[in-house]
Amino acid sequence: MDFDLTDDRQMLSETLRRYLAESYPVPHRNAVAYEAPFHDPAQWQALADLGVIGALVPEAAGGFGGAGFDISVVFEELGRGLCPEPFLGALLAARLMLAAGEDVSELMAGTTHYALASAEIDAPYAADLIATEARAEGGGWRLTGRKSAVYGGQVAARFLVTAKAEGRLALFEVPAAAATVAGYGMIDGGGATELVLDRTPGRLMLEDASEALAAAEQAGIVALCAEAVGLMDVSHAMLLDYLRTRTQFGRPIGQFQALQHRAVDMLTEIEQARSITIAAAAALDGPDAGRMAAMAKSLIGRVARQVAEETVQMHGGIAMTWEAPVSHYAKRLVMLDAQLGDTDLHLARVMTGYAA
Amino acid sequence: MDLSYSPAELAFRDEVRGFLAANLPARISDAVRAGGELDRQTMQDWHAILAARGWLAASWPKEHGGPGWSPVERHIFEEECCRAYAPRVVPFGVSMLGPVLIRFGSERQKAAYLPRILSGEDWWCQGYSEPGAGSDLASLRTRAVREGDHYVVNGQKTWTTLGQHANRIFCLVRTDPEAKPQAGISFLLVDLDTPGIEMRPIRLIEGGYEVNEVFFTDVRVPVGNLVGEENTGWTIAKFLLTHERTNIAGVGFSMQALEEVKALARKIRRGGRPLIEDPLFAARLARVEIDLEAMKITNLRMLYRAQKNGQPGPETSILKIKGTVIMQELRDLARRALGPMAAPFPGPATEGNLTFGPPDSAHNAARYFNGRKTSIYGGSNEIQRNILTKTMLEL
Ligand SMILES: Cc1cc2nc3c(=O)[nH]c(=O)nc-3n(C[C@H](O)[C@H](O)[C@H](O)COP(=O)(O)OP(=O)(O)OC[C@H]3O[C@@H](n4cnc5c(N)ncnc54)[C@H](O)[C@@H]3O)c2cc1C
Repeated sequence: MDFDLTDDRQMLSETLRRYLAESYPVPHRNAVAYEAPFHDPAQWQALADLGVIGALVPEAAGGFGGAGFDISVVFEELGRGLCPEPFLGALLAARLMLAAGEDVSELMAGTTHYALASAEIDAPYAADLIATEARAEGGGWRLTGRKSAVYGGQVAARFLVTAKAEGRLALFEVPAAAATVAGYGMIDGGGATELVLDRTPGRLMLEDASEALAAAEQAGIVALCAEAVGLMDVSHAMLLDYLRTRTQFGRPIGQFQALQHRAVDMLTEIEQARSITIAAAAALDGPDAGRMAAMAKSLIGRVARQVAEETVQMHGGIAMTWEAPVSHYAKRLVMLDAQLGDTDLHLARVMTGYAA
Repeated sequence: MDLSYSPAELAFRDEVRGFLAANLPARISDAVRAGGELDRQTMQDWHAILAARGWLAASWPKEHGGPGWSPVERHIFEEECCRAYAPRVVPFGVSMLGPVLIRFGSERQKAAYLPRILSGEDWWCQGYSEPGAGSDLASLRTRAVREGDHYVVNGQKTWTTLGQHANRIFCLVRTDPEAKPQAGISFLLVDLDTPGIEMRPIRLIEGGYEVNEVFFTDVRVPVGNLVGEENTGWTIAKFLLTHERTNIAGVGFSMQALEEVKALARKIRRGGRPLIEDPLFAARLARVEIDLEAMKITNLRMLYRAQKNGQPGPETSILKIKGTVIMQELRDLARRALGPMAAPFPGPATEGNLTFGPPDSAHNAARYFNGRKTSIYGGSNEIQRNILTKTMLEL
């Protein structure tokens, strides 16, 4: 048994933490995260140069990581720093491109942005229910449909698009220039797009993408859970700091037992969240990856909301302001439940396992 | 035991319903339904419509221009307004200052200010909280020093809701720094045009603008603007708090929100069927609906008791705690139902003729985040628990 990070990962974690704290403080983050292009292109490149994307890719494909714990180390730090850079899209794309045997060197260098376009309004979480269709035409494929919640879509040069092709769930590549892309900012920072396809030409990447997509989403879930753990650690630390310094009724509010016990409950839940994330990271790419990802995302969805709401409540009015960093952490914590399946969807997946 | 309204109350309800059907413009109810922030003019227009009927100041007695309603009639009125998607009446002048002036104000103050509240000439805001005095309001430090026939005010108020629309502010100020905290506070009416006042906006978590900081530098306020005696401000503040607390359960608004969530969950598809058929989501919804159904009765029981005893009791804190939590749960469900479609900020994205998400997805995440305030302000839910511990548990 060993719960320590390898030296390499420890170093990655520390480098990234230091870098984000120095170069990407929350005020700068807020200045870029809510206005187009909803991130900082220079920081994206700097982080790519630091090896952030390389850490998400296995050595065999030119990277230096790619395992569950590489992903969790990176995203936990991105969470701590409240970083709005679209690395989730890069992770999902890298996984899918590798499944299709494609070259990811440009993706890893950060020079070409990719985004996964799979969710639709009536199928926000489950790809098997999508309506977008691909038809064979004149030796190629043409796609028709509308994709939603394409994270990082504004800056993507290439979209990886899921579509039903002859009854199967297939994956295509569509260059941004070929489709209609409508972007918007998100309440928790960062950007996303709608993607409208109308007999748009696409290059077939995977004829049957179901398994590759599920595996990519499991990696994405590890990333989101780790991000949440980072966000929760910082939120909790900010709360404790406030409980120690804010005085009302002649004493620090942290001396009120009504608040103390709730801060302890949060600590308990955050430790549980950390554990399930470790379990999901360890299980990634193995036989239990699906079940553990579902458990992790379900637990995180529940606990992240609790931590966000309690952090705000116990701060009082100050946490209701845009000015207070803690409010932006709370928004991100709540909203990440709506990415790659919410707490109920994953609870249902865990329950499905009981039938057998 | 009889849970139904009396024939007279039912007749009153029909009268209110008829009035709303005839007089609430669709333009206004549509704006409320859309869920965004209302502009000043829309709120003013609605106040004027109510004032014309004599129904603006629901809690005022007849001789001051109110309808002289009983607590139950007030409740029916609120309930019907919610059903019809009427705007919430801005409380600061009508529900807060009005009752204070009627109870503690001089004849001159009543004559000068009450009509201007009804006519909409004055828009009041509430200057209680300070950066250092939130839950512990009695620790407030804004100073008012008597100089001849003026008070000179220095200090800072914060969280001043809709101060940007206001021309006047009622303040708690410290007039005796030597006395015990509660004993040195006075209640002062201040014209926001007075030199030395500066108002700065505070942006809230969801990006909206509804609260302000107000800075006072050597602001000269005529002594005639003192309400009640000097150093009796705390008594007035406590009186006002009980007024702030009627309709605190917000049952009507929660019923509105429940219907909205149901409509949303019928329209949204998840897992190949309407979301409302998803047993996990439906269970969440049902749990809140049960709480709300119970809250309706809890609310009526407490209204009934208030009507019998002539004033609300300490158990109104139960309404504040549970009422705000129910509303917050409903806002959570709306956001949850929309999933990723709740994310667009600010409001739904449009580009060309593309709109992201169902048309009524606008503002749902924003309303969820903004709604976190309800368990913080008006005496936080922790402070309400402290009150209940003292007054009802006697621990
Ligand atoms: C959107 C918004 C609008 C507002 N509008 C107005 C307005 O128009 N006018 C106005 O005057 N004020 C207004 N307020 C201020 C509001 O009344 C205060 O925010 C509230 O009183 C809490 O004070 P605080 O924010 O300073 O939190 P604090 O008092 O610092 O409390 C921080 C935390 O400690 C808890 N706490 C404090 N004391 C105890 C205790 N003894 N035991 C257990 N827990 C405790 C609180 O419950 C809270 O969770 C508004 C606030 C908000 C957020």
